[in-house]
Amino acid sequence: MDPAVHAVRLGLRRGWREFTQSLRSAQDQGFYLFTGLMVLGYLVIRRNDEVPGSDLLVPSVATPSIIGALIAFGVIVGPAYMLAMEREDGTLLRYKAIPHGLRGYFTSQLLSQSLGVVPQMLVILVPSFLLFDNLMAGGATGWLTVAWVLVLGVLATMPLGMLIGALVPNTQKVGTWGMLPVLVLAGISGIFYPLQQLWGWVQVVAQVFPIYWLGLGMRSAFLPDAAAALEVGGSWRTTETVLVLAAWAVLGMIVTPLVLRRMARRQSGSQVEAARQAALQWIR
Amino acid sequence: MYEDGDGNTGAATHDERRGAATAAWPDADEPVIEVRDLRMRYGTHDVLAGVDFQVRRGEVICLLGPNGAGKTTTMEILEGFRLRSAGEVRVLGADPARADQDWRARTGVVLQSWRDHPRWTPRRLLAHLGGYFAPYSTPELPRPLETDALLEMVGLSELADHKIATLSGGQRRRLDVAVGIVGRPELLFLDEPTAGFDPQARREFHHLVHRLSDLEHTTILLTTHDLDEAEKLADRILILAAGTIVADGSAEQLTRQVAGSAEVRWSRAGETFVHATRDTTAFVRQLLAEDGDEVTDLEVRRASLEDTYISLVHQHERAPEPAARATTEVI
Repeated sequence: MDPAVHAVRLGLRRGWREFTQSLRSAQDQGFYLFTGLMVLGYLVIRRNDEVPGSDLLVPSVATPSIIGALIAFGVIVGPAYMLAMEREDGTLLRYKAIPHGLRGYFTSQLLSQSLGVVPQMLVILVPSFLLFDNLMAGGATGWLTVAWVLVLGVLATMPLGMLIGALVPNTQKVGTWGMLPVLVLAGISGIFYPLQQLWGWVQVVAQVFPIYWLGLGMRSAFLPDAAAALEVGGSWRTTETVLVLAAWAVLGMIVTPLVLRRMARRQSGSQVEAARQAALQWIR
Repeated sequence: MYEDGDGNTGAATHDERRGAATAAWPDADEPVIEVRDLRMRYGTHDVLAGVDFQVRRGEVICLLGPNGAGKTTTMEILEGFRLRSAGEVRVLGADPARADQDWRARTGVVLQSWRDHPRWTPRRLLAHLGGYFAPYSTPELPRPLETDALLEMVGLSELADHKIATLSGGQRRRLDVAVGIVGRPELLFLDEPTAGFDPQARREFHHLVHRLSDLEHTTILLTTHDLDEAEKLADRILILAAGTIVADGSAEQLTRQVAGSAEVRWSRAGETFVHATRDTTAFVRQLLAEDGDEVTDLEVRRASLEDTYISLVHQHERAPEPAARATTEVI
């Protein structure tokens, strides 16, 4: 039995357990319910509005964009909070103290955070399909596109969450350094209004980051081909979507292990104790 | 980063010791921990200023010292969680700063956690963490410890299926101990293991340490502020003060090191006298011979480990204690 391979197997088992435990927890159920209701509320209010320049209704165009944004938000902010918290409370140190423990720990994180995307999508998709017509114009091919955009999108964005979680000084700072930039990026990424209506430099910034491409990929899966006219250059730009998302994924796979290793090296009992004292101060 | 210093002379004595080792257990005589001139500096502050000590296989060693003396730093360097500034450190035959995962499998660390794995149960967590040691199992030493037996050992059987978030502080510490020993380590690190324990939990913990030492032959290095605990558990006590080891020996040896290891009290004509001396018998004999009829309330009290500790730490952290302690004083 190779200890390193064995540790990966244990990590997968832990990831699955963390995921099922999260599904059973009232706190996580509440979060899914909250985001689901918010999104549905917006879609229901604008259910009869037409998107300017086309005969499509707002829910048709907004649903895929919102799904793209929620995936990005989930796999950036989720791991960022998790890592920052588990660095402070000693979870990471526990795994550092056992043979190949960190290998198992990070495997478990990758699996449980990726699986977390599924309930997040379902909570939007299931009620949307019940309430609105003509959401999926692409049929089976459309669902296939959803699948690859999802996988590539998660690979492109999750490393950002891990990096934020590894680099923030403490859990409270995840809001400032994690949540805020992601919300700003989501705001300028063509989800609630078309990218072309923004200033030129903002369009450039949005197109550098993966969130815009995740939303574009999702729209290309759900919407009829004619809707491409609404996009930059009047095209779905599928090749560019693959290239940008893949580039972020590769960059993440190179940089993240280095940063995580550096973070893990600094873990010690006194660091955990200092974080505990700081957290107690903050709560009081 | 590392200074080899006088590593050569040290290696020579090391080889002599090895030569004396028994054939049956080749490394039985080799120290489990060997620290030479260990130094740690944060900025311009020297926390450790040349620490030297050795730990032999199967010993229970207690590291004592005031807050800030460098106990935790020393432990973390030996655990491989912190890089030293200088000096030579060997733990289980390897430098902990560069040791691999096979080395890690032979050590156990009891950590002070406070919020981790809240949704898990003790049974599941111990089974999961123990799983990492399964590849290191041998017929002579099956690893990990069986979960139910381990829960029983630390007294968590009844809470085995409760969520960890619902455990009290003391129960959580017992879980920490269980995690530390699940892999049946050859060497166990315990940093203030009984902080926050009630007297009964403390006694059970002492029992557990004895059991690990006697039955599993685990070498144990622990820090504590409880001198009574140190006296009960340790084969040998190391006192760390001002960045160096200022005393090294059994509780009894340490007590004898300090001048005036016992106190004689008596009354005469309504006045109470105290005299500190090393040779109580001779002093009392002389006292009674001189004015035996008038002496009442005679009392001889041996210096406790606490007296020794306070005196040693004083000597090394501040100016030496006044010499008055060695003479008779009237109170």
